[in-house]
Amino acid sequence: MASIEKDPISGVYTTGHEWDGIKELNTPMPRWWVYVFWATIIWSIGYWVVYPTWPTTTGFTPGIWHWTAREELEGDLAQQKAARSKWLVKIDGATVDQIEADKELRNYALAGGRIAFGENCAACHGTGGVGSPGAYPSLADDVWLWGGTLADIQQTITHGVRNEDTESRSTIMPNFGVDGVLAPEQIAQVAEYVASLSRKQPAAGSPGEAIFAENCVVCHGEGGVGTKEVGAPPLNTLVRTFTKPTVEGISQQVNKPKHGSMPSWGRRLDPATIKELTIYVHSLGGGQ
Amino acid sequence: MRPLPFLFEREYAITHSPFMKLTRQGEVNALDTSAPQQPENLYEETRRIHPRTVKGLFRNIKWIVMVVLMAVWHIGPFLRWNRGEGAPDQAILIDMAGRRAYFFFIEIWPQEVYYITGLLLIAGLALFFMSALAGRVWCGFLCFQTVYTDLFMLVERVVVGDRGRRIAFDRRRWDLDKAARVLAIHTLWALISLACGLGFVLFFGDAFTLLPDIFTGDASSGTYTFLAIVGGGCYLMAGYAREQVCIYMCPYSRFQSAMFDEHSMIVAYEAWRGEPRGAARKNQNFEGRGHCIDCKACVAACPTGVDIRLGNQLACIGCGLCIDACDQMMDRYQLPRGLITYDSITAQEARAKGETAELKLVRPRTIIYAGMLAFVAAVMVYGLASRATTEVSILHERSPLYVQLGSGDFRNGYTYKVLNMVRQDRHFMLRAVGIAGLTLDVVGEKSQNGVATLTAEGDSVGTFRVYVSAPYDSIKGHATPFEFVLEDDAGGTPVKSSATFMGPEK
Repeated sequence: MASIEKDPISGVYTTGHEWDGIKELNTPMPRWWVYVFWATIIWSIGYWVVYPTWPTTTGFTPGIWHWTAREELEGDLAQQKAARSKWLVKIDGATVDQIEADKELRNYALAGGRIAFGENCAACHGTGGVGSPGAYPSLADDVWLWGGTLADIQQTITHGVRNEDTESRSTIMPNFGVDGVLAPEQIAQVAEYVASLSRKQPAAGSPGEAIFAENCVVCHGEGGVGTKEVGAPPLNTLVRTFTKPTVEGISQQVNKPKHGSMPSWGRRLDPATIKELTIYVHSLGGGQ
Repeated sequence: MRPLPFLFEREYAITHSPFMKLTRQGEVNALDTSAPQQPENLYEETRRIHPRTVKGLFRNIKWIVMVVLMAVWHIGPFLRWNRGEGAPDQAILIDMAGRRAYFFFIEIWPQEVYYITGLLLIAGLALFFMSALAGRVWCGFLCFQTVYTDLFMLVERVVVGDRGRRIAFDRRRWDLDKAARVLAIHTLWALISLACGLGFVLFFGDAFTLLPDIFTGDASSGTYTFLAIVGGGCYLMAGYAREQVCIYMCPYSRFQSAMFDEHSMIVAYEAWRGEPRGAARKNQNFEGRGHCIDCKACVAACPTGVDIRLGNQLACIGCGLCIDACDQMMDRYQLPRGLITYDSITAQEARAKGETAELKLVRPRTIIYAGMLAFVAAVMVYGLASRATTEVSILHERSPLYVQLGSGDFRNGYTYKVLNMVRQDRHFMLRAVGIAGLTLDVVGEKSQNGVATLTAEGDSVGTFRVYVSAPYDSIKGHATPFEFVLEDDAGGTPVKSSATFMGPEK
């Protein structure tokens, strides 16, 4: 098989094979390369001994250091928590108003709130609190359903809206159309009036105005300014949550109103995070 | 421009006989067709080069340059420059954590990193200019590889001896004396490498505090890493790699020959004077023969081991030590110096014919390089002199792009950043102009009549959240341009920034 020759020019032996007259030199690897190769092999044996390496029938060899990635993660998380605890202690001990007043605490709360918002709230309320037209209210404008002061926001986040929490905000607008409180022509008239109210040009003396005064003012307030205690949104702006402020949209809402629901975050998040979220939402541009 | 010949063709035929031995670097006798046809061994094992000591002008120049460069490298970090309270007082400092670079009275922010581009341009052009004038001045005198290899060779010379001793020392059997000397050499090398690494690292922190920290183990892991890299690199490159760097690794080495022409001054062997060469006795008569006595002093003195008599070649780094070596020999035979000289090709050709030789240093190439150098330097100086003390960066809020308010107005949010590049706190007034009925609000700052007052701390970036509101009738639809105007309370030109107001389609 092998007819190994020595090449006269380089002094290196051939592999001994020949393909159509072509032979191949068997130049040895450089010595330093071979030493490094052996060193890596010996190093890897060291790895077998100290780190978890080989599977056994029931588990794996744990290594004499008993290192696990899970434990390392737990350690990192604990370290991070300890690093943050300096701030969290201060936030736990202060009210939202105090945090808002302290520049340093406020900055920290804003940063934490931004993260927590992205994790918890942005799914419905959108990044930056944009809201979702027809579904979830925008938190970036100055029109509030349940009030935009720090205390209001904190209450809304902690207990939510229309959920199983007994302290949640849970008022209902009557089904004026479906339940037969108003006739279809009346609904059309009041919708016309509310549409004009939204454009800030209320049609004074219209039939809709009288219906509005009788049925709607009790919750939505004189001139449609809204009542935050019952969650009745202001009607004197073009900002709406569920429908557009057109006659058709308003008629739909009066006929069979859509209502929103929001989880009770006090059960899922710790108080410090809720304070941070309050500060953040308040800062989005419409805080009162 | 004539292409640069690799070898002096006329002299080549004289100096090469069919059985002339190959040089140390294995240069192939390509032109000699009368040689017997046998396969040539093109592989040259690496041999350790031990250059002989020489005395002379170029050796002195090299020592002086070494001392100056080492002084700059090692003493540089310790120079002080007072910048006021709270500011670092190191003259040359690259503060990574603080994101600033300091050079005496110059302070650079990360946004001005283009000054580094200018510096690199100047460095490149200076190299081309220098090479066009005087050949491989960088390689032979200034390059840190050359300087440190020279220094490491000095260590070997001090511990073991001159060339002959060192060659014998390499071949000697290992005994206690050899082990002790080798240990001494490597210890000294290690100390020099450590100093080299320290020189690098100390430019990145306050030298007076960082140096003791390094030795007490308190410096950061990044510091130790770079100390190891630079120091280790110095030890390996100057201790072991040496001329292999110049011949095989370094790109500057390869394109040096593209940077000079027939008027650049290079190390040249005067073959018209030196050939035909031959051995010389004590009272040798030099009539009818060349002045080269074939002592090979030039080859022995060369740190890369070339024979300069073959001509200008890749591995010749232009250090001029062969010039000094040959001059010493010429003195002994009362022959004129300069058998190997620092001269240009055209001058050499003129001298060979017996004509007057002129060094043409001012020529289109050098004028153009000098001009480009002056231009780049002028642009840099102008840039530094007219450096702004305030810069503004505006980020438009993306989510939401615009918000409809209860009043019917629309509002856009911006993150307005003021880079206050002086060390004192400054107060500004910010307003927005360009759309009828614009109002401006800055979160956390006071505003009156649509003008907000901002305070930016010294030497830092002030970040503000700005809300700009406009009535529906004033905006043009999806995007309406307007302007932010920032005025310093203390006066000066206001900084105007163009911005866009986003709104619903109309």
